[in-house]
Amino acid sequence: MHPPLGRPEALIAADRCYFCFDAPCTTACPTGIDIPGFIQKIRSDNIAGSARTILRENIMGGMCARVCPTEVLCEQACVRHTHEDKPVSIGLLQRYATDPILDKNITLFERGPESGKCVAIVGGGPAGLSCAHRLSMLGHASVVFNRDEKTGGLNEYGIAAYKTVNDFAQREVEYILSIGGIEVRNNVSLGEDFKLSDLQGEFDAIFVGFGLGSVNDLGLANEDVEGMLNAVDYIAELRQAKNKGNLPVGNRIVVIGGGMTAIDIAVQTKRLGAEHVDIVYRRGPEQMGASRYEQEFAQTSGVNISHWAKPTKLLTGEQRVIGLEFERTTLDKDGKVTGTGESYSLNADIVFKAIGQSVSEETLGAVSGTLDMQSGKIVTDDHRKTSLPGVWAGGDCVYGHDDLTVSAVQDGKIAAIAIDKYLREESNNG
Amino acid sequence: MADLTSDFVGIKSPNPFWLASAPPTDKAYNVNRAFEAGWGGAVWKTLGEDPPIVNVNGPRYSALHSNERRVIGFNNIELITDRPLGVNLDEIRQIKKDWPDRALIVSIMLPMEEKTWAKYVPMIEDTGADGFELNFGCPHGMSERGMGAAVGQVPEYIQMATEWCKKSASIPVIVKLTPNVSNILPPASAARDGGADAVSLINTVNSIMRVNYDTLTMYPTTDGMGSHGGYCGQAVKPIALHMVAEISRHKDTADLPISGIGGISDWRDAVDFLALGASNVQICTAAMVYGFKIIDDLTDGLSNFLDQKGMSSVKELVGKAVPSVTDWQHLNLNYVEKALIDQDLCIECGRCHVVCEDTSHQAITSTLNGERHFEVIDEECVGCNLCVSVCPVDGCITMQHITDGIDARTGQPISKEAIDWTTHPNNPMRKRS
Repeated sequence: MHPPLGRPEALIAADRCYFCFDAPCTTACPTGIDIPGFIQKIRSDNIAGSARTILRENIMGGMCARVCPTEVLCEQACVRHTHEDKPVSIGLLQRYATDPILDKNITLFERGPESGKCVAIVGGGPAGLSCAHRLSMLGHASVVFNRDEKTGGLNEYGIAAYKTVNDFAQREVEYILSIGGIEVRNNVSLGEDFKLSDLQGEFDAIFVGFGLGSVNDLGLANEDVEGMLNAVDYIAELRQAKNKGNLPVGNRIVVIGGGMTAIDIAVQTKRLGAEHVDIVYRRGPEQMGASRYEQEFAQTSGVNISHWAKPTKLLTGEQRVIGLEFERTTLDKDGKVTGTGESYSLNADIVFKAIGQSVSEETLGAVSGTLDMQSGKIVTDDHRKTSLPGVWAGGDCVYGHDDLTVSAVQDGKIAAIAIDKYLREESNNG
Repeated sequence: MADLTSDFVGIKSPNPFWLASAPPTDKAYNVNRAFEAGWGGAVWKTLGEDPPIVNVNGPRYSALHSNERRVIGFNNIELITDRPLGVNLDEIRQIKKDWPDRALIVSIMLPMEEKTWAKYVPMIEDTGADGFELNFGCPHGMSERGMGAAVGQVPEYIQMATEWCKKSASIPVIVKLTPNVSNILPPASAARDGGADAVSLINTVNSIMRVNYDTLTMYPTTDGMGSHGGYCGQAVKPIALHMVAEISRHKDTADLPISGIGGISDWRDAVDFLALGASNVQICTAAMVYGFKIIDDLTDGLSNFLDQKGMSSVKELVGKAVPSVTDWQHLNLNYVEKALIDQDLCIECGRCHVVCEDTSHQAITSTLNGERHFEVIDEECVGCNLCVSVCPVDGCITMQHITDGIDARTGQPISKEAIDWTTHPNNPMRKRS
């Protein structure tokens, strides 16, 4: 969304960093990147060192520099806010440091001395790849089972195209895999092509990071009519389309939801030529999963955002969507969203569902009943260990996860460190 | 409006800002532009004997930059004028005719033979110039030929050459000193003993800027080889101020008028030099970095400052700070200050904490009840001013004078009585009363 920084701009931006003690930005980063440290290295033109500082905590530092909601994470914590209200441009500086590494394919990490152990990774998204990379650094081999045709998960299929041009997601995947010791098997689905129990005997440990299966339904009648689309599926299709101009776009679009996906699909369809794009969210702007910056970005892109309304009825004609009826909402005295009784309707030829995704029954299949679950998601401890022996989990499929790429990467990293400890203890005991 | 006019050893100028002898004053064209912009005077780039010297045709300058590419320090290896003497003299004559109200001083550098001085000094004075400045400071190139800093580093030579110049000159003679000495007082005294009307200082400091990281050769080079240059710009100002103050505060040299030079880039820098005893100032690097227009802020800022201080002329400011400069041994060792952090201004960057913790006295907290919080611990604070120096917020940390009660660090009562090292009980050489 922002153009990348050139060296002169980067040096000026870097100079604004105060090099704080126990830096609040680092505390705010889900992966704990030493932000003043990498910025200091930009100041001294030590780009490889800067990139290593970033990537050793977050191997997807390049993608996160593009998609992280920095304004609510590191940049919100920046002490420059106190008197100036203008934080150091941490996200842009991170991109400045990491882009050359991928562009020139500079090796920063090497595979550790081989342990002879092999870990199964279910899911080829940020959590799985992060876990696989860290395991490789620690000397363990891994096999990544990925349900899609391409590796990368939501980085490849779930982020709007305008955020990640030039096939960045695939280049980042290639860079991650170039460390060696990671075998990727694409087009294999858990539950369909293999079971978790198949892996248990074959591998020394398992990491589960398969994301989310399906989008929640709105709970309305006739949701399968023409014109009702799933935002995540549409973005995936769009990202893979050779000619984006050939994709069907409506003229009047309504997006239901308040997260990053809602913003992505709204901005993307507006850019593809939709006349009216409305996002409708059942709570207020503060509760939206999308950051304030993203909201403003959508609004300046011509998207209308309405708060405090929930869909109550699908309006159809000739077996397709023609509009939606909404009821205005408010908070009751317990803080729960409740309808006010007041209603209105919007015309729509396409309705995108972009509301909370959850683990689907089919995806869980064989593992259901053996894993501790809550609200359809896997429960883990602080080390990302599940209730199942030898199985760790991370990313969107985990309960309490905040749906950010950066958090998925952190999950993978933490799990890998825990798996390493487990495997080494196991060898010592064995 | 304060009066900015200046009378420096009888040389009058509309303001106390002269361009120093350097590349900006090598030609009539440049000096003309400077006077049009409002500069009070100019010291013409150093003249030498004919045939003129030859300058390198590669890099003559290089800079120490901040990350915003602001020039902090500057280095040059240019020698004196490389134009024929006659051309320079004609241009000086014309400029003085065109700008009678501006000060025009001619810098000269001649071999250490009396007859040479006797030959050239009258010839140069004939242009109508207001004074001479003897270049005993240039530290590169010319010093290898026994001139410039090679003279300025030997007080006897300074005195000798000054005497030769004075013999032939009827206009004021200013001796420009090199900072490449361990003590500035002997050269200043030698200039005075030789009859100099004034001294100007500092010239540039011996310097090598850096290495070229690709070739691992010094940077910059001429055909692969480099030579040390002269360092100037903002970075050298503190060195210059110390030398100016030394001359101002010592009784042997206190009466010697000083033209202050070294890193002046705005009016505040000029105030520093004037308050420490310079009667006027000379500027080069700032003009070479920003052009002549900086004179607007120099004159305007100084004038506003004088008004604010209730001073009617520059003269009232000259030397004001000199009485506050002394030897370390005379500092009051019973005086106590401690840092105080204004919690409303603090942005919680923690820089004060980490530098105090790592490199000083462990006198600043990092947390209070588990929350990020930076506060001075009076029991540990020695009042060193490091936290004030590194704090990015101006005015957030201040030093507080403790006037009574107990010093929390030493447990001793604050004494109103001043005691310095000369009388301190810990000094085995103390003077006994």
